Amino acid sequence: MSVKLTTRQVGDVTVVDAVGRITLGEGASTFRDSVRDLVASGHKKLLLNLAEISYIDSSGIGELVSGFTTVANQGGTVKLLNLTKRVQDLLQITKLYTVFEVFDDEAKAVRSFA
Amino acid sequence: MADHESAQAHTLDLVLESCLESVDGAEEAILQEAKQLGFDEDDLHKIGIAVRECMVNAVVHGNRYNARKKVQVKVSRTNDRIAIIIADEGGGFDPASVPDPLANENLLRFSGRGVMLMRAFMDEFSVSPREPKGTEVRMVKYKPSSKC
Repeated sequence: MSVKLTTRQVGDVTVVDAVGRITLGEGASTFRDSVRDLVASGHKKLLLNLAEISYIDSSGIGELVSGFTTVANQGGTVKLLNLTKRVQDLLQITKLYTVFEVFDDEAKAVRSFA
Repeated sequence: MADHESAQAHTLDLVLESCLESVDGAEEAILQEAKQLGFDEDDLHKIGIAVRECMVNAVVHGNRYNARKKVQVKVSRTNDRIAIIIADEGGGFDPASVPDPLANENLLRFSGRGVMLMRAFMDEFSVSPREPKGTEVRMVKYKPSSKC
């Protein structure tokens, strides 16, 4: 299974619910295209809900970083929500915990964009 | 390769095409070997990531998807560990040439984290040139009960 992304609006924050795997190939490209489409259509406060992401490889990590910089370059912000233990471990190993704001409470995460 | 290992029969010996399907195939086949050794789910995930990263390097950066070049995968296992060798036919690879992905100036780079993940998730990791050309990566994971 690749990754499936669905979006919902909570105030002015776009919550992206991601399900599946973000790995080199279809998963990574789907993720990249979706983030770029969201930014192009004016969505600049993105909260990525990764609760249902079962697997991320280094390409997937690269896409998270790329999404972060793409949105930041447009004056927006990407934050992460509900990381699994495995994704948490990956972000710690790669020191990306120092880059991303990470939340385990959606309401709190949404409020943080204000 | 260590002498004691070269004397063992490999439990898995694959020659794979230089395509992304081979990445999934190698990961799946090696995880089957690791499961038979009794690794837990966390270790299986770590082995899977390490294999995936190594295979991507071999297919994408080593063989550059060249259909004439193959990726060789060998797995041997004993009661306490699994040893994995992944070799490509590319132009060679020096892991020291990869910028430190943990340096502040590199944190936002798109790529360059694969080797670090392999080192982090496996107990042994080594890279050596392959004759007549290419790169051979050897990774070992020990079962928790056999670690010091």
